[in-house]
Amino acid sequence: MKSEKGVRPLFPPGGIWGLTPFLLAPNIAFGAGDPKAGEQVYSRCLACHAIDYDRTGPHHCGLIGRKAGSVPGFQYSEAMKKSGIVWNAKTLDQFIRDPLKTVPGTAMGYDGVKDPKERADLIAYLVAAGPCKKQ
Amino acid sequence: MSFFAYASALALPDNRLNTALGAELEAIAAYQAGAESGLLQKPVLELAVTFQGHHKEHAEILRKTVTQLGGKPVDAKAKYTFPVETLKTQADVLKFAASLEKGAVSAYLGAVPVFGNRDLAKAAASILGDEAMHWAVLRNAVGEAPVPSAFVS
Repeated sequence: MKSEKGVRPLFPPGGIWGLTPFLLAPNIAFGAGDPKAGEQVYSRCLACHAIDYDRTGPHHCGLIGRKAGSVPGFQYSEAMKKSGIVWNAKTLDQFIRDPLKTVPGTAMGYDGVKDPKERADLIAYLVAAGPCKKQ
Repeated sequence: MSFFAYASALALPDNRLNTALGAELEAIAAYQAGAESGLLQKPVLELAVTFQGHHKEHAEILRKTVTQLGGKPVDAKAKYTFPVETLKTQADVLKFAASLEKGAVSAYLGAVPVFGNRDLAKAAASILGDEAMHWAVLRNAVGEAPVPSAFVS
């Protein structure tokens, strides 16, 4: 099922096993956020991002376990490409809280989501997006 | 002092301005796709074209600013991806446009604190206000509360 906004259901097509990269990633507070509430927080990202396709910002499906700056064909800032970040709940929490402090030089000129609950919800939503659908 | 004069004085990193420019160019393309979809009826069509014109003005000042800074403004993409398979009615198009405008409000709100100069922040807030009006009008057009809360986020 897919809504008009391209929102995915709670669990990815692969079921809960699609969450494996997330579950295996270190320093993750699994279950801390509410993905449904996170969908609302994600509405703030919709000027630049979508779950399933690249826009001004890169797509977010398959984000967990992905190396930052690694979506093929997307033009990242040098800072993001060289950040060495692998996206998991901890690194996402740091970046979303203060993108410009976490990755100085990032093209994402955004002050960040300062509320910890909102960040947890947003991360839960991104995790629930799961892997990208095969094209 | 103009928006880009302040930006020049502050040597604002042009990649962030290019990000805003890229988003504005995509919004222009989205409204174009909506206008050409055949789904929008008068007076909604005129409204969409008017809003597209605002985004063109935003893009133009951002493009000039990046150029003033010695950067290379991004060009519009040859092709944009929109969820056209979900856009079947006028209301679908308006809701999609509203989601983009809401995102733009949030993006500019998140950009304002990044600008250390208050006049530059004021310029970004001016664009934010315009996007918020678009969002409210689009919500109202589909029967939703035009202003859903006291604050935007």
